[in-house]
Amino acid sequence: MVKGVSINSENVVRGALLLFAMTAVLILSLIFVFLLREGLPLFAKVSPIDFIFGTRWEPSKGVFGAFNFIAGSILVTAGGLIIAIPLGLSCAIFLSEVAPRWARNMVRPAIELLAGIPSIVYAAIAVAVLIPFVQYDLGNLIRGEVFRVGEGIFAVSLTLAIMVLPIIISVSLDSMESVPRAFKEGSFALGSTQWQTIRRITLPTALPGIVAGSILGMGRLVGETIVVILVYGNAKHITSTLFGAKSTGETLTAAILLEMSYVPVGSTWHSALFSLGIILLITVFILSLISNYLLSKSRVKL
Amino acid sequence: MNPIDPEKTNRIAITSLWISALSIILILLYIIFYVFQRGFPVIGIDFLLGWPSNNWLEGGILPAIVGTLLLGVVALLFAVPIGVGASIYLSEFTKEGKLTKLIRTGADSLNAVPSIVFGLFGLTLFLFYLNMKPCLLIAGLTLGFMILPTIMRTSEIAIRAVPVPDKEGSYALGATKLQTIRRIVLPSALPGIVTGVILGFGRAVGETAPIIWLISFWPANLPSSPLEPCNALTVVMYFLISEAQNPLFIQRAFGIALILLLMILISNYITRTLNNYLTRNIRR
Repeated sequence: MVKGVSINSENVVRGALLLFAMTAVLILSLIFVFLLREGLPLFAKVSPIDFIFGTRWEPSKGVFGAFNFIAGSILVTAGGLIIAIPLGLSCAIFLSEVAPRWARNMVRPAIELLAGIPSIVYAAIAVAVLIPFVQYDLGNLIRGEVFRVGEGIFAVSLTLAIMVLPIIISVSLDSMESVPRAFKEGSFALGSTQWQTIRRITLPTALPGIVAGSILGMGRLVGETIVVILVYGNAKHITSTLFGAKSTGETLTAAILLEMSYVPVGSTWHSALFSLGIILLITVFILSLISNYLLSKSRVKL
Repeated sequence: MNPIDPEKTNRIAITSLWISALSIILILLYIIFYVFQRGFPVIGIDFLLGWPSNNWLEGGILPAIVGTLLLGVVALLFAVPIGVGASIYLSEFTKEGKLTKLIRTGADSLNAVPSIVFGLFGLTLFLFYLNMKPCLLIAGLTLGFMILPTIMRTSEIAIRAVPVPDKEGSYALGATKLQTIRRIVLPSALPGIVTGVILGFGRAVGETAPIIWLISFWPANLPSSPLEPCNALTVVMYFLISEAQNPLFIQRAFGIALILLLMILISNYITRTLNNYLTRNIRR
């Protein structure tokens, strides 16, 4: 293609659009640079080992051990996924393999709606319904008396599970629906039942997509803030029971949001909070790379 | 010989699949029912169009509704031109290579960044480095950064779905690339792009954590310029839930929850209608 040397409008537009296309990369890089710039000064005062494995977080004494927050983030994420993966997977299998048309048409929009509800609304329902239920009803049922608090790992896992269900369902569903029909028909032709076909053919073929969906959900849970603050109890110890006062805890996200407003800019405490952000960002970044890799390996195509 | 009857296993498995799917529907219906039940009695003209008093604990929530809508608009004003431009670049102006891979990985990773980290970013960039005060503009921009990947992805899908013969027809008639993009590609991709815009708007208005330091909670304020502080429904709701022990405040929080839910319901309905329109168009 021969073009004049003079600036033509197509090249101007091309340049401008390239700039737009690079904006996301630019914002991402700035996020990294700013977090490192604000967070790294901490390690002049506190060693990275003490920061990650220390269990005491006492800003007034200059002691910054983030282990309890890290443990809290891991526990709520695991709790949410343990409930959401079986439920989400079975719902996806149902929708792709078993459901009659009318049921599919009913559940699909419901899942889209579930995906769109802001997390603050889930938190409100958890505070109004779930926490009293755990504290009084479950307390009486399990221990014969009410628990001291209703907040904690049980309530927060359940709330997070409902929040993350739509992601797991929709990604698993996409990858199950892209399993070639011929695979399943071959299995049926050999006399397999529907369940045998699902277990031996559909699920193994769709596995990378299912795992990718779960990792995507994992990233979402690690980063969730509002639900965790309102339902996990914000206690600076490690969760050790399923119910009651010892089941509370605090996550990385909660610590950042709750403490940032009190912190003098430029202090060690300020740096420590940004360092919590760095841990969070790196975790989520790794999860996202794994999930995208698996999605590109699976049969799911845009 | 199978020790377990496969037919029986099949029946058990299929039944439990039905049960789990139905329980998810029940949970969802309960959530929606509950928000309506608690929120509906609160909502009235005074609540929707009145001014708050006593730290949002009494009166109406008009400034928060207006603030939330304005925040969504500012976020879109940033993210839509840039996101759509980026997707035009990716689908029309370049071949797949290292650069597009970088752009896509960047957008995917940005999409995965937790909302609280966007809050830290907005705080650092605007308040610490640029010495600005919390206001509509910076909170809206922070939300715009957050929804950019969503807009990019949905517009790219829409633009790639434009049939190649349509474009070739335009080129055959002597149209330039820019003319083809403006007259053929963008109009046919519009419903898909609008879907992404609504998705992004829904996500922006529902977020709490990224704007919590960039929003003014009290006093209530209707911003007359982008540099004035504004309020947001989610942040007011957060304070009502976290600060207040009084059940009356929770009740007010559910009033706000119902407004947010209705916003999401309406936008879902619009996207659904547009999607149906889009698929019908492609089939024809």
